[in-house]
Amino acid sequence: MNTGSCNACDIEILATLMPRYDAERFGIKLVGSPRHADVLLVTGTVTEKIKDNILQVYEQVPEPKLVIVIGGCGSTKGVFQESYAMAGPVDAILPVDVYIPGCPPRPEAIIYGIAKAWEKLEKLQK
Amino acid sequence: MKSDITYPLNIGPVHPAFKEPIKFTFRIEGEKVVGADIDFGYTHRAIERIAQERNYIQIIYLLERVCGICSFSHPMAYCLAIEDVAGIEVPPRARYIRTIVGELERLHSHLLWTGVAAHEIGFDTLFMYTWNIREKVLDCLEELTGNRINYAMLTIGGVRRDITADNAQTIHQVLEYYEELYNRTSEILLDDLTLRARTEGVGILTIEQAERLCAVGPTARGSGLMKDVRVDYPVNAYYEILWLKPVSPRDIGKEPIGDVYDRMAVRVLEIQQAIKIIQFCMENLPEGDINTGSGAVKMINALKKLEGEGVGRYEAPRGEVCHYVILDNQEHPVQIKVKAPTYSNGFTWAPMLTNIEIADIPIVVASIDPCVACADRMTYVQADGSRTTISWEELRAKSIQKYKGVRRQWMK
Repeated sequence: MNTGSCNACDIEILATLMPRYDAERFGIKLVGSPRHADVLLVTGTVTEKIKDNILQVYEQVPEPKLVIVIGGCGSTKGVFQESYAMAGPVDAILPVDVYIPGCPPRPEAIIYGIAKAWEKLEKLQK
Repeated sequence: MKSDITYPLNIGPVHPAFKEPIKFTFRIEGEKVVGADIDFGYTHRAIERIAQERNYIQIIYLLERVCGICSFSHPMAYCLAIEDVAGIEVPPRARYIRTIVGELERLHSHLLWTGVAAHEIGFDTLFMYTWNIREKVLDCLEELTGNRINYAMLTIGGVRRDITADNAQTIHQVLEYYEELYNRTSEILLDDLTLRARTEGVGILTIEQAERLCAVGPTARGSGLMKDVRVDYPVNAYYEILWLKPVSPRDIGKEPIGDVYDRMAVRVLEIQQAIKIIQFCMENLPEGDINTGSGAVKMINALKKLEGEGVGRYEAPRGEVCHYVILDNQEHPVQIKVKAPTYSNGFTWAPMLTNIEIADIPIVVASIDPCVACADRMTYVQADGSRTTISWEELRAKSIQKYKGVRRQWMK
């Protein structure tokens, strides 16, 4: 889910799923609706305008669920520190489980972060 | 049977069909779209405002984050604008390196777009195929600049990294790889029956509409409007590439009508053009310095003593990027204005989206290669929170008032 990012993280998420890195061989799959998801990937800092939409999407994801923040702006606001349009880093809005820093993070880093989240999800399901 | 009732269909702001948050409200009659309304602003990050608090060198890296896909074009236009004010002469080798990296970016952006377009019409095999071959150019960019995306290659007055003999070899290998693949790829993209059936005659933008709505880049060229900043207002090494001309579907023997297929044809042809431009630049790469030699601190101190205004125009993969800066004896510009290609192309959605089927919405929306992150502005909201519509004259008056205010400070 894009919450005001610059696309760089989004295209790296897609690159993660492409034949070169092929995250699907680990069972990681992009789904079309938040209702089918286990994990929510959030890119970009949260802007004021999209804040409510994010909470709506988050509520649609069934339990147990995890949130992964991808990119430096989502983790800490990054280069947009002084911006008036920002509602804050993602963890000010949603409970975040895994942070993947980088601008943008490499696909290897994204796979590693998702694997970390997977371990946590398995613990939660027990 | 024709029904008299139209009903609204909301798509977005968070929707799997679009990568970015944007909200469309369509008016639907049966299966036909009869009207479309667009709501922007979900990724507005106030970059122009932040830029007024950063120094000239920091802004380059801020502007790279305007858009992750054109992360070379935005700082490029900014550097051109600053060099325009300060009258900085860029060394020839730096101009060639800028052109090479810019064209590599175009290559990666167009391959990315063809993948996204294929995905929007449900042709996922092609999506995987183009994104897989795109990894090669990302590897090349990583070797040249140090990062796959967000290159940090530019500085005011030149570039930061040189192309070494090893890098040159990599570039040659990558170009050979793409030349071999080009025929195969263009055959899939331009002759495949499924793709033709989904794209021909869909989302038509006539040449008159393109001209009136100020379309830029491949969107304009797909409609037969021959405009390209690289040819019309050449910068960098484009001066020396005399054979360069805007591509159009006429190059493959087709009269442009401005449908999705024409826009796709333009992008496919531009992949070939980019390969040729890089080859030309590699052959004619001059020796010499890669920047003016003054460090960041020295550069900021020099710019601090300047006042004036400058414009930088550059052809990004999606169309014309235009940056406007006002300098006023300060450590940061007093005003910076970013005009991204999608800002111009966004309006062309209105005629394109009228009278199409619901199923064609994703491909038509994707056909201008939208980059919402580049184009997002504030919606004009009144103090009580209600939204108002402002007319063209009113908007123009407000803009003039704003810039006059800034200019007056500078004139003092």
